[in-house]
Amino acid sequence: MELTSEENASLNGERGETLQTAYRILVATGEATNAEKLIPITWAHLSGVNYNTIGDAGEQFLRELSKDAHVKVKATVNPMGIDFDHISEFNHIDDEFIKKQASIRDSYIRMGVEPTFSCTPYDIFDLPEKNTQVSFAESNAAIFANSLGGLKTNKESAFSALASAITGKSPYSDLRKHNISTPMTIRMKMDNPDELDFGMLGFFAGKVGDTSVNISGVSQPNRRSCKALCGGMGTSGTCAKFQFVDSEDEKSEKVDFGKEEMNEVFDELNTAEKGDIITLGSPQLGLEELSDLSKMLKGKSFEKRCMIFCSRAVQEQARTLHYINEIERAGGEILSDCCTCLTPLIDTNETDAVTTNSIKGAYYLKNSTGVDVNLKPLSKIIEDETK
Amino acid sequence: MIKEIVSGTFGGRVLKTTSPINFLGAVDKKTGVIRDKKYDIYGKSIKDTVLIFPHGIGSSVGAYTIYSLKSHQSSPIAMICNKADLTVASGCALANIPMIVLDDDTIDDIENGMRITYSPGGNPPLFWN
Repeated sequence: MELTSEENASLNGERGETLQTAYRILVATGEATNAEKLIPITWAHLSGVNYNTIGDAGEQFLRELSKDAHVKVKATVNPMGIDFDHISEFNHIDDEFIKKQASIRDSYIRMGVEPTFSCTPYDIFDLPEKNTQVSFAESNAAIFANSLGGLKTNKESAFSALASAITGKSPYSDLRKHNISTPMTIRMKMDNPDELDFGMLGFFAGKVGDTSVNISGVSQPNRRSCKALCGGMGTSGTCAKFQFVDSEDEKSEKVDFGKEEMNEVFDELNTAEKGDIITLGSPQLGLEELSDLSKMLKGKSFEKRCMIFCSRAVQEQARTLHYINEIERAGGEILSDCCTCLTPLIDTNETDAVTTNSIKGAYYLKNSTGVDVNLKPLSKIIEDETK
Repeated sequence: MIKEIVSGTFGGRVLKTTSPINFLGAVDKKTGVIRDKKYDIYGKSIKDTVLIFPHGIGSSVGAYTIYSLKSHQSSPIAMICNKADLTVASGCALANIPMIVLDDDTIDDIENGMRITYSPGGNPPLFWN
């Protein structure tokens, strides 16, 4: 990879240790993605915020880094493990977790990030103009940005996005260029798919696809389904972009996603017939989804605990529009700054299985939280779990 | 063909898997033990091995898992992949774990438990038996 003399000076440590570390990461990721140079980016979205995922080593690393580092471009951050406004209601969370999570939060704020604590930055901010180069680490957000937002990003890692935030640069790799050679086409064979089907389609596509896939046989999914597709895809593989296509490119390799493929994904992630609690989110719910939910809950109440995750910014808007009133009246518990994935708010001493409509959530509930999962689309959750 | 992603010389025993690795979900960040039953190296520790796997998948936070493994002295000595990905490359870069990419045929030749050494100036640079 070609570096400018200024970039080389930073890499050699002439501009301090922080920039040297950042450039070391950019060079390694540049080599990994066959980039020939670094280019400027305008927005970095960082992952690695939840103490549950980054642990003591991560907490300490960020504490040290934040003594000196400051972001150079707009930077937003992923969810934490907990919602500090509601933490007193969760007795099983120990003080150590709260202390370490607060330290991570404070380190990011010291570095100058916007304290969004959300995996859905596209639901909080207007997206910049098409083809703008950004660096998004959260996989669902990177896929959303590339596929639906018209932006350009690698499926960044926590460290590559952090390095981009500090330097304002990112490797100019294939995904950032305009033409990607003919990607595989996934043929959607399921009629009237709901958001759970889209999540499974994404999970399947992520497994079989390479960097980018075409998807045919799909018409105008709603935002909930689009987000489910991005979430599922980001969980299972390295795929960072999809395009909905009307006609199939003859040269493209084709793979069907039908009943059999769907059942295979379902059987991998669905391990229980019912859940002790319900979680909605992963990705966190947007304003439109909270509006839908409040309408679906009219005159109904949840029969068991239902945790609903959305960003703080979206929660504030939804409160003004009275969506939250209706959801809370129905017994829904609104939580912000955290999400289903890897939150310790789910008490595994009291919870054996969780009902959710999120494929991404299901993967991490099963593999990281260590509970069983009962998968259902939202319409079925409302039908079965409210009265 | 050898492509250096994070440079450094190394030598050690091979632990090889055919599964792409999701570091966040599948590896214990303190001990290095593979805890996802779907992996053919389930229950084994990647600590002090030369870890050979196709590539990383899944969460971008997997890079922190690699850094955490190093902080707990439980990291592999080096990593060898068929395809470089950002999560593994950046995790290895920060943790100073040598990482190279090899072509499929070379990887096919290297078996679990073999001893492998790499030194960029050597002739040949990569040697296993």
